[in-house]
Amino acid sequence: MRKRAIRLRPVMLTMAVLAVAVALLPVGYLAIRTAEAGWDKIAAELFTVRIVRLAVTTVSLTAVVTAGCLVLAVGSAFLVVRSDLPARRLFAVLAVLPLAIPTYVAGFAWRSTFDGFEGFWAAALVLVLCSYPYAFLPVAAALVNADPAQEEVSLALGRTPWQTFTGVTLGQIRPAIAGGGLLVALYVLSDFGAVSTLRADTFTRAVFVAFDLGFDRTGALVLSTALLLLALVVLVAENATRTVGARHASLRGSRRPPTLIGLGRARWPVAVLLTATACLSLGVTAVSLVRRFAEGVSRPRGWAEVAEALGNSVVLSAAGTVLTMGLALPIGLLVARGPGRTARLLDRLTYISHALPGLVVGLSLVFFGINVAYPIYQTPWLLALGYAALFLPLGVAATAAAAAQSPPVLEQVAASLGRSPLTVLRTVTIPLLAPGLGAGAALVFLACMKELPATLLLRPTGTDTLATSLWRSTSVAAYAAAAPYAGLLVALSTIPPLVLAARAGVLQKPRKRNRS
Amino acid sequence: MPHAPRTLPALLAGVLLLSLAACGGEQSTSTAPSSAAATKKITVYSGRSEELVKPLLDKFTQASGITVDVRYAATAAMAAQLLEEGERSPADVFFAQDAGALGAVAKKGLFAPLPADVTSRVPETYRARSGEWVGVTARARVLVYNPGKAPEQELPASVFELTDPKWKGKVGVAPTNASFQAFVTALRVQHGEDRAKEFLAGLQANEPQIRDGNGPILEEVDAGTITVGLINHYYLGELAKERGVTPDQLTAKLHFFPGGDTGALVNVAGVGLLKKAAANADAKAFVDYLLGAEAQAYFAEQTFEYPVVAGVTGPAGVPALGELQAPDVDLNDLDELETTITLIKDSGLVP
Repeated sequence: MRKRAIRLRPVMLTMAVLAVAVALLPVGYLAIRTAEAGWDKIAAELFTVRIVRLAVTTVSLTAVVTAGCLVLAVGSAFLVVRSDLPARRLFAVLAVLPLAIPTYVAGFAWRSTFDGFEGFWAAALVLVLCSYPYAFLPVAAALVNADPAQEEVSLALGRTPWQTFTGVTLGQIRPAIAGGGLLVALYVLSDFGAVSTLRADTFTRAVFVAFDLGFDRTGALVLSTALLLLALVVLVAENATRTVGARHASLRGSRRPPTLIGLGRARWPVAVLLTATACLSLGVTAVSLVRRFAEGVSRPRGWAEVAEALGNSVVLSAAGTVLTMGLALPIGLLVARGPGRTARLLDRLTYISHALPGLVVGLSLVFFGINVAYPIYQTPWLLALGYAALFLPLGVAATAAAAAQSPPVLEQVAASLGRSPLTVLRTVTIPLLAPGLGAGAALVFLACMKELPATLLLRPTGTDTLATSLWRSTSVAAYAAAAPYAGLLVALSTIPPLVLAARAGVLQKPRKRNRS
Repeated sequence: MPHAPRTLPALLAGVLLLSLAACGGEQSTSTAPSSAAATKKITVYSGRSEELVKPLLDKFTQASGITVDVRYAATAAMAAQLLEEGERSPADVFFAQDAGALGAVAKKGLFAPLPADVTSRVPETYRARSGEWVGVTARARVLVYNPGKAPEQELPASVFELTDPKWKGKVGVAPTNASFQAFVTALRVQHGEDRAKEFLAGLQANEPQIRDGNGPILEEVDAGTITVGLINHYYLGELAKERGVTPDQLTAKLHFFPGGDTGALVNVAGVGLLKKAAANADAKAFVDYLLGAEAQAYFAEQTFEYPVVAGVTGPAGVPALGELQAPDVDLNDLDELETTITLIKDSGLVP
C-alpha cells in the first residue's frame, strides 16, 4: 500500500517542474535577449553610476515599504484579532480592502489631491498603504491559529505583556511575517503604478522609461535582469528567516480562543488611529475618483461596453486563476508533503519572476507565443499563461500553507484502505485543501483583475477589460469616462479580500470570554 | 461560523468553472492571427487612443465594408510588441502616435514601402523619404502658460530662454514622452550635439517640474501650480473637451515659439504597412481613408490636430499650420534616437 502512495510523487514532481517552467518563461526570455545584446551593450548599461543610483533607490524603497507594511500589518492584525478594539470586524475589512485599489489608481489620486506629492517618500507611503494587506492577511490568520497556551505560560512566569508579545507571540507568527514580507518586497520590486505616477526612480520605472525612450528593448531587458538579481537577494534573505522560524509551526489539536487584551483607555484612540489609516489607504482614492467623475463631462460610450469590459475582466481573470491554481497545486503539495531540497528549490524558483514588471513578463509571453505557441497567440489562453507566470507564487504560498495545516495521516489512511493515489487526491487531499485553495484563488483573481501592462500586450485583439478601459480613458484625460470602470474594478475587487478575510478567521464574532 | 468560509470557495469554484466554459467559447470568436488574404478584414495596431480612433474606424467600416480588428496600447509598448513579433505579427497596419516609433519599426525592416499615389498626397516634410510610413496628422510643440503667472509679453521668444534663472522651478516637462525626445533630436539636428547637451543641462539645473506626460503638465498649468510647460498643442483641446468647454475658455493658453525656433517643432502621427500587407488592397484602402477628407476633417475637429492633406480646414483656436514658424527640421532625421536618449539619460532628467 505504501508503494501506491509513493508512486504519486513522480507525477507531482513532473507537474511541478512543468509549472516552474511556466514561471521561468520570462527568465528564459531575458537570458536569450540579454545574451543577444552582447557583452559591450550589457556592460554599457550595467556598469554606470545610474545603475548604482537605481539600485540604492530600489533597495531602500523595498526595505522601507516592507518594514512599513510589516509594522502596520502586525500592529493592526494584533489589535483586530487579540484586543477588545471596538468594531473589530469592520477594521478587519478595512485593513484588507486596499488590495482592491491598483497602485496606478492610488498614485494618480494622491498626486492630483496633494500638490507636489511626489518622490521617494510619496511612493513609499502609497505603496505601504496599498500593499500592507499582503502581510496583514497571513499575519492575522497566524494570530487566529496560534496556541494561546504559550502566551499564558509566559505571562504566568512573570513576563510583562510586552515581553510576551515580543518573546512569544512574534515568534509564533514569524513564518507568516516572513511570508507576507516576501510578497510585499517582491511586489514593490515589480510595481510600476506608484513609482511612475509619483516619480520614484526604481529599476521598474527605469525599465518602463527605457521602453519609452527610443523603444530601447535591450536596455530595458538588461535592467530587468538586474531586477531579477535583487529578487534573488530578497528570496535568500527570506529563506534565512524561515529556517530559524521553522520550529514555530502552529500546534494543532484542541483549539482555544486566545485571551483578548483589554486596551483600557487606549481603546478609542487606537480606533481613531486605525480609522485614520483607512482614510489614507481608501478615502483619498475614493474622494478623488468621485471628484473626477463629478467634474468631467466625458462619459463611457455606453453601459453595454462597461458591462462587456466587466464580463471580460471576470472571465479572463478566472481563466488565469484556474490555470495558476492548477499549476500551483503540485508545487504546494510537494512542498508540504515531500519536503526536501528539490521541493524547496522548485518553490523558490516560482517566486523569481514575481519581481519582474508586467510589461517584461508580457513581452516574454509575446516571444513565447510568436515562436513556440503561435496557435494560441492573442487568445485568452496565452493571456492566462501570462497571468500564471506573473502570479504563481500567490497560489503556491496559499496551497503550501493549507497543505501544511492538513494532517497527512488522513491521506495515508485512505491509501491504506486501497484507494488509488488519484482518488486520494480527489476525495481527500483537495477537499482538505479547498479553503486554502480558495484563498489563493481569491488573491490570484484579484491580481489578474488589476494587471494592466501584460494584459495590454497579450489580450485577444479587440477585447477590453476594466483595467484596459480605465487606461484607455485616462490616457486621453477623459477621467469622468474612466470613473465607472475604476469604480467597478474597485467594487469587484473588494469581493476577494472579503473572502480572504473570512478565510483568515478575522471576521469571526468576538468570543465572549466571560461566558465560558 | 465555520459555514461561510467553506461555501465561499465553493461558490468561487463554481463561478470559475462557468467562466472557463465561457472562455473556451470566446476563443472561437477571438482573433487568432489572421491571414493577409483580402478577407475584407484587416488588423491594425494602434498606438493612438481608442477614444479618438474608434469612431473613425467605425465610419471606415461602414463606408468600405472592411472590418478592422484593432489592438490598442501605448505607442512605445506597441512598437516593442511589433519588434518582438517580427515577421509573424498578425498586424497589417501600424498607426502610431509619433514618427520616432514608426522609424524604429522601419529600421527593423518590418514595413513595406507605401505606393507613391498614397504618399504623394502628403507634403514631403511629413513622410518618410523611403516611403515606409506617412504622416496622418501634424502636431506642434508649444509652450503652455498660465497668464496669471506669466503674462504673454514676458514669454520667451526661444525655448533656449527657459534655462534662464527667471524660470527656475517654473517649467513643466515630460522627458520620457516621445514628443519631448523628438524635440531633443531636433535640437541636435538644428544646433548640434553640444548645444543640445548644454540646453538639457541648463534645463535640469533650473529645477524643472517633471511629469510623466503632457496631460498632467497642462492640468497643473491650468490650475496655476506650474507656470509654463512644454507640451503638444492638441492637449488643450482634449482637456477642454473633458471639461465641457471650448479651448479658449480654459485658463491655460498656448504660446507658439516664433522665428523657426526648435521649440515650435512640428511632428506627425503616422501610419505604416507591415510587409505581409504589402499587396493587401484592404490595408491600402485604410491608409487611403486616413488621408481622405473625411478622416482629416475628423482629426481636426475631434483631436484638434492639423490635417496634413491640402484643402482640409484645420483645428479651431490655433494658428493655421501654414502660419506656424516651424523650424527647418526634416522629420526623417528624427529617427536616430540613440544619441538623443543618451543625452536625456545623462542630463539627469530621467532615472
